[in-house]
Amino acid sequence: MTSTTEQFADVSATTLLRFATAGSVDDGKSTLVGRLLHDSKSVLTDQMEAVEAVSAQRGQDTPDLALLTDGLRAEREQGITIDVAYRYFATARRRFILADTPGHVQYTRNMVTGASTADLAVVLVDARNGVIEQTRRHAAVAALLRVPHVVLAVNKMDLVGYQESVFAAIAEEFTAYASDLGVPEITAIPISALAGDNVVDASANMDWYGGPTVLEHLETVPVSHDLTACPARFPVQYVIRPQSAEHPDYRGYAGQIASGVLRVGEAVTVLPSGRTSVIEGIDALGEPVDIAWAPQSVTLRLKDDIDISRGDLIAPSANAPATTQDVEATVCHVADQPLAVGARVLIKHTTRTVKAIVKEIPSRLTLDDLSQHPNPGQLVANDIGRVVVRTAEPLALDAYADSRRTGSFLLIDPADGTTLAAGMAGESFASKAGPPTSAVQADEEGWDF
Amino acid sequence: MTTAAHLHTDSGSDAPYALSHLDALESEAVHIFREVAGEFEKPVILFSGGKDSIVMLHLALKAFAPAPVPFTLLHVDTGHNFPEVLEYRDRTVARHGLRLHVASVQEYIDAGKLRERPDGTRNPLQTVPLTEAIQSLKFDAVFGGGRRDEEKARAKERVFSLRDEFSQWDPRRQRPELWQLYNGRHAPGEHVRVFPLSNWTELDVWQYIAREGIELPEIYFAHEREVFLRNGMWLTAGEWGGPKESETPETRLIRYRTVGDMSCTGAVDSDATSLDAVIAEIAVSRLTERGATRADDKMSEAAMEDRKREGYF
Repeated sequence: MTSTTEQFADVSATTLLRFATAGSVDDGKSTLVGRLLHDSKSVLTDQMEAVEAVSAQRGQDTPDLALLTDGLRAEREQGITIDVAYRYFATARRRFILADTPGHVQYTRNMVTGASTADLAVVLVDARNGVIEQTRRHAAVAALLRVPHVVLAVNKMDLVGYQESVFAAIAEEFTAYASDLGVPEITAIPISALAGDNVVDASANMDWYGGPTVLEHLETVPVSHDLTACPARFPVQYVIRPQSAEHPDYRGYAGQIASGVLRVGEAVTVLPSGRTSVIEGIDALGEPVDIAWAPQSVTLRLKDDIDISRGDLIAPSANAPATTQDVEATVCHVADQPLAVGARVLIKHTTRTVKAIVKEIPSRLTLDDLSQHPNPGQLVANDIGRVVVRTAEPLALDAYADSRRTGSFLLIDPADGTTLAAGMAGESFASKAGPPTSAVQADEEGWDF
Repeated sequence: MTTAAHLHTDSGSDAPYALSHLDALESEAVHIFREVAGEFEKPVILFSGGKDSIVMLHLALKAFAPAPVPFTLLHVDTGHNFPEVLEYRDRTVARHGLRLHVASVQEYIDAGKLRERPDGTRNPLQTVPLTEAIQSLKFDAVFGGGRRDEEKARAKERVFSLRDEFSQWDPRRQRPELWQLYNGRHAPGEHVRVFPLSNWTELDVWQYIAREGIELPEIYFAHEREVFLRNGMWLTAGEWGGPKESETPETRLIRYRTVGDMSCTGAVDSDATSLDAVIAEIAVSRLTERGATRADDKMSEAAMEDRKREGYF
């Protein structure tokens, strides 16, 4: 018998896993998410009653778990998911934030959005159809966004007689494809979301499968601490200067550590100015500390009184990034208006926003077969392509491959503020000529996106 | 000198640099407050004296310490607020030397600009005073305590949510939100609603309140109160319009899980008089916060979606 205080200590020490789901319209993704919430006891009585009432109204004899997640009226009417929705659930072992992203081709940018902050992505396939174009797109997006862990959930195993051979063939094909794209870790799990096999509870119908259920895997996968293994990066958000009687000379640089570890006494360089100083103190939200790491929000105090403002980057002098005004990157275009060569845009990188011009669009990528189309002239919604951008002021940019946080940026339309594109600096498979050797040829034409 | 604030080891990994989920959520919320301070001219925090806005204010105080919070506060007062909560609100504002703007639904009704609803519920009436206060005081960023776990339409909400000059929310016009890069650019007259607690759950909020030792209005804890049953909810008796002749008041041991308007916020039977007891109760509750306590969300399946489109929080 534990006291409440002990229980409280337990729950407050859990970690947080952010993950994203992607699947085609009919793969049963809403059912999987509904099942995950339902079987992990995260659906509460009043939510379930609402689902049961609507299901009964529609003449369905069992509650439709997909109803738990379809939020907006337009979606309920059309039976599709039109936007990223965030779900929250917890087990005794971990707290989860799920970015539930639509798999419909028209909404690829939503998967990019969901994957951008995810430690793990669940890609859903229908066991009867195996790896299709859309699956390859999802794998490519996860690889481009550098999601550390990918789960392949082979769904509807009940409709293929729970045969191991069906699962093994799909798992093998997907793993080969995703590995070629650079996905570091892939776990394949045979499931039936409708029947509940291997989602939360182990399946009695597939004793040939000895691995974890989806939830067990989510609970035990290492939460990515890659951030702290990278060189330290500290984009300054705001300068704190109370100028009060109590703190006449306090000058602190507030920000969230984007990567790495910072220590008191460390020699640092401020970019883009190149001025140097030493960390005199770190305030971790009201408490002085010797050491802090990503993604903590802290305030740094430096030994020297140098001119630092929002948009500057503080980095260890021993390992500071180069600054550049010529950015080469892979972008996913997320707006309805196109992005053309010559466009004047704003680029938002960490806490710095500067003017820029799109100098070149060297290629556009077709995700179905990873073929490249040279000089498309412009990118339209859901296109993925390469861009060369000239910025009005230098940016301290890392390669996205080295840091998802300081290698990413937005392109913004200065006229109306629309977010045009999500950018990933440096090389990716979209910048290499030709598809990887094992890329499967597209089995359908006309799906450019 | 400690080595790290609230450091909990990550039981699920051997990593030396782990953060507990509360530290991760706190860091994220502080980052959001600082982004707004750096990019907007005139932000305001919606502060009702309810637990979510109390946690928001606490995070804002931490984000800018030792300097004062660079924002003012705004409360849309329905005229049916719990007196204990208004008293808490005023005490908190005074203690931190903050500036509070109040937009009053009662004043709008008295001036004939709003009409009382037949059901007596005033929550939906908050939208007009809120949007007019935002326009007239020229706020360009408005912090709300909304959480995405509260309700299905909120699950689609962004951290930075763009509103047009009519404060309307169009779910199809929201900008994709990538990485931790929030795009707050807007045209004159438009503003951005900002939700620093987007990723928090009710349990997270309570755990954080306990960890930080944050004081709350008394009505969050079990106390004896005269209540009556309406639409399946225990409502507090008072001058706002209850009980009617057909409704029988009785004294029960209750507490409030959410604090809104007296006319639409139901109490739950509870003997939880301490934070630990409240957390234990929520952890085993089989009802959502709003399902248990809010009449206004029960109106229709799309009620929240419709109200958000019109400019509600």
